[in-house]
This record gives sequence, C-alpha cells and structure tokens, in this order.
Amino acid sequence: MTSEFDLWTENDVPSGQIGKTLIFTRTSRRRFLVQVTAAIAAFTLGPRFLALAQAAAAGATKTADLSTHDAVNVRLKINGKDYAIDQLDPRVTVLDLLRERLHLTGSKKGCDHGQCGACTVLINGRRVNSCLTLAVVNDGAEITTIEGLANGKQLHPMQAAFIKHDGFQCGYCTPGQICSAVALVKEGHAKDDAQIREWMSGNICRCGAYTNILAAIKEARDQSGAAVKG
Amino acid sequence: MNPFVYSRAADAQQAVAGIAGQTNSKLLGGGTNLVDLMKMGVETPSQLVDINRLPLTQIEELPSGKGVRVGALVRNSDMAEHPLITSRYPVLSQAVLAGASPQLRNLATTGGNLLQRTRCYYFYDPAFPACNKRKPGSGCGAREGFNRIHAILGQSDQCIATHPSDMCVAMAALDAVVRVQGPNGEREIAFADFHRLPGNTPDRDTNLARDELITAVDLPAIPFATRSYYLKIRDRASYAFALVSVAALLDLDGGQIRSARIALGGVAHKPWRALKAERQLAGKKPDPEVFRSAAEAELADAKGYKYNSFKIEMAKRAIVRTLATVAAIP
Repeated sequence: MTSEFDLWTENDVPSGQIGKTLIFTRTSRRRFLVQVTAAIAAFTLGPRFLALAQAAAAGATKTADLSTHDAVNVRLKINGKDYAIDQLDPRVTVLDLLRERLHLTGSKKGCDHGQCGACTVLINGRRVNSCLTLAVVNDGAEITTIEGLANGKQLHPMQAAFIKHDGFQCGYCTPGQICSAVALVKEGHAKDDAQIREWMSGNICRCGAYTNILAAIKEARDQSGAAVKG
Repeated sequence: MNPFVYSRAADAQQAVAGIAGQTNSKLLGGGTNLVDLMKMGVETPSQLVDINRLPLTQIEELPSGKGVRVGALVRNSDMAEHPLITSRYPVLSQAVLAGASPQLRNLATTGGNLLQRTRCYYFYDPAFPACNKRKPGSGCGAREGFNRIHAILGQSDQCIATHPSDMCVAMAALDAVVRVQGPNGEREIAFADFHRLPGNTPDRDTNLARDELITAVDLPAIPFATRSYYLKIRDRASYAFALVSVAALLDLDGGQIRSARIALGGVAHKPWRALKAERQLAGKKPDPEVFRSAAEAELADAKGYKYNSFKIEMAKRAIVRTLATVAAIP
C-alpha cells in the first residue's frame, strides 16, 4: 500500500498534520515518472531514443534561446520567496512556469482553457486561472499556490477541513478547489450554501465530491470568523 | 501557440502607437479569451502589447450627474460589486455576475469583455475547416451542423454565431457609450453601433478600428435603472454561456409603462436591442398579456435551425418573465 501512495504524493507536502489514512513519503510522483521513463527508454530503445531525446532537448534550448528582444525577464514572489526568471519565452503561462520551470507541481493542469479551475492560484490575493494569464504579464506580482498555504507543518484550516470532510476522491482538482475556497471565504462570498455553490462554480470536480467540499468550506469559514462581508 | 513579440505599454498613447501600422498586433488585457484563442491557434498575433499597466482602472461619477464612467481595465469582479454599479445599475451587476466564474471575472476586463469572440464551436476549433468568421469565404459549419447555441435573430447566410457576453447585454439595455482612442484622438461609439451583425463580413465583430484602444464605457444617468433585472437561461445552474438572456428596465408611471428598455443575449451576433417590443410596451399597462404581445412582436422575424428553434419560444417566455420581475420591483 505504501508504494501506491508514493506515486501520488508530492515530496513537499507537510506530513505532520496528515489524516490517519494517508501515508506520505518523500518520493514525488513526478520524479518517479521521470526516473521510470528514463529507465524504460535506456533499456528498451537504447541509443536511438537517447539521440532523439537529445535532439528534442537541443530544439527546446533553441526555442528558449530567444533574442533579448523576444525573451523576457520576470520577477515574482511565490509563496513568500523571491524568484528571478530570466530569458523566459513570453508565451509561458503562470501555470506552466510554476509546474515546468519552478517545479511547483501542486497547481494542476486540467483543461488548460480556463474551464475547470484545477490551476487556480492566488495572484496578489485574488484567485485566478493560472493557465490563462501569461507569466510576463504578472511581473512583480505575489503568487500563492497550494504549496504556500500551510504554515510550516501546520496545514491551512481549509486544507485540514478538506481532509477531515473527505473533500476529494482522486484529488486532482483539490489544489484548485482549496485555493479557490480560501479566496471565497476572504471575499465574503461564503454566506450560505447557495452562495458557496455559486461562487465555487469555477472549480469542477469530476469525482463529484461537492457535498463534502461544501462541508469543508463551511467548517473552515466558521473557524476563520470572516464569513460575511458587509 | 505561435511566437510573438511582447511589449508593455505605460499609457494609452503607447498602446495605440504599439498597434498602429502593425497589421498583426493585438492588445492584451485580462487574456481570458485572447490567450485561450491563441492556444487554439484561432488568434495568431505576431506582437502583443500588454495594456494591464494603463491607468484605466477607475469607476467614477461623471460631472453634472451625467452618469458613471467605467475604465476599460476595471476587472469584471470589481465592476460587479462596486457601490456605484450595484446601487444605480443593478442589471449590470447581475449580468456580470451571471458570466464566467469568479476566477475568470478577476482577470477579465471591461474592454476585453466587449471584444469577446463567439464560442461557436466551428469558429473556436480550427479542426473544422469551414468558418467565415475565422477564414472568410470558407463557409459556415454551424448552419448545417450542431447549432444549439446559435443565433435566431439578425443572422446571415454567412454566419449564425452569437455574441457570448452577459455584460454587454446589460450595457446595450443601458444605452452605454464606448470611449475609444486612436492615432487621431478620441471618439465615442454608441453601444448599439459598437457590435455588428454578420452580413457578408462576419470576420468583423465590432466597428472598433484596428488601431483603436477602448479606454472606458460611460453609463448614462437613468433614474429608473434601479428597476431592472437580468435573467439568464443556460444548460446548468452556473458557469455556462446563455442560451437566452434578457436585460430589462421599466420606467413606470403609476399604472403605466412610460418606457421600456430590453436587450437579449444568446440570440444574435450582437447584444440584441428589442426595439419592437419596447415600442409596443410604451403607454401600456404592465401585465402579462401586454408583455407576451410585445415578445411576440420582437420574435416575429426569428428563424431557428435544426437544434436551436426552441430558443424562439424560450426568448418570448424569458422576456415575459423578466418584465414581470421588473414590474414587481418596488
């Protein structure tokens, strides 16, 4: 059982406050996949695959090697840490920057078209679809992702409430749901069940954990004491 | 996504200079529609001028009680909850909140919402070869295709796409004015003249010139605008485009309608101002039969297709229900 959880666990999830049914280790699913893929390639395809991979990597380098006129430099504060990203292709979205360049893979790519909400992060305190906003447009911004919500090993109350109420099944939409829910409560749009449902409608859960998500949000709201604005 | 050169404008002049003389450059606001269309390969600008730092983020009263000015870069979420909008133009606040999701509204701008492109499947996906809007002369995939979300009013043989915005339907009913700036200075465009019907040029959504920047939308002072309502009918309870929507305002004088303002969404290539219905209502009593007869007049020329004919009756009932709701507002 432990090995199965290994595959689905990010290595930077705080383990101290985790519910009793989940076992977290230090191996990330992404790292595991990369390692496995490389191993399979080496064993089954041999030099030909590696040559192709090297060519692809060279191509990628060439694409990234834009003239100074085309490439951009971006400064961001992400989860309290300053990042200076130089020579960035202006086509890169915040989501792709987080996941592919900074390896903050908590934010998920669901539809990549602003329809599912899995990529929701907080930019300057506001929830947005990180798949639809270019990184360069956000130069100078402060971004909070799911990785930045906990206080050390202490989970954010919304994270703890999602675990307590089982607000997920597969968990893929969960980072977006939680970021969105944190903003929802702060905005004062968590007054009652109907308002929570309407103002969480930008986060789709294909497993249909909505009832438990609603319960989690209400509990976190009541703890925060900031339920109703005005 | 095709490569593009990125630049950032500090003010309106820089933005206009950035697109003037460049046939394939675009202004980038919230990006919720443009970035998506670039991912789809529908929009392929070689240059993007970022206007997010322009000082067009204010909502302010116009002098001498003439109304309210909404800056082009005011985010949809900020407009929807601004006291000047909720207190004076509830229909606009309701319409904006009926659109998209909180995350998208936090990004989407007022100017960008005006320039939203249709969600017609045959336009949005280049895998479909025929779309006169995307590729003039290539045909229309929707007319004989799956046209559930398509137009019933004002369409042409070339294009039966609908305008997707909720915000614009309310602005049409409010007789808003779009302020734009070009290389030769500023001009105003009446809302009814801003968006176009498809005719033989469905590739042109609006009458905004290629090198013009939207700077603001002016909402005229309308004392009876507090008696207004936005009804949106869609395939699910939230976060979906309108099948049919109605924005309506009634100016009531005792037991009579002095004047009515009605605009429809989801039925045409532009927000559809229901002038025939408005004319029928003037001077009448606000009762369901009068509303129904006005709705019948408005939809008399409507034409449905294989999958969207239901919209004709739906639009009539939506008009009646919206007017009844507005008439009941104290």
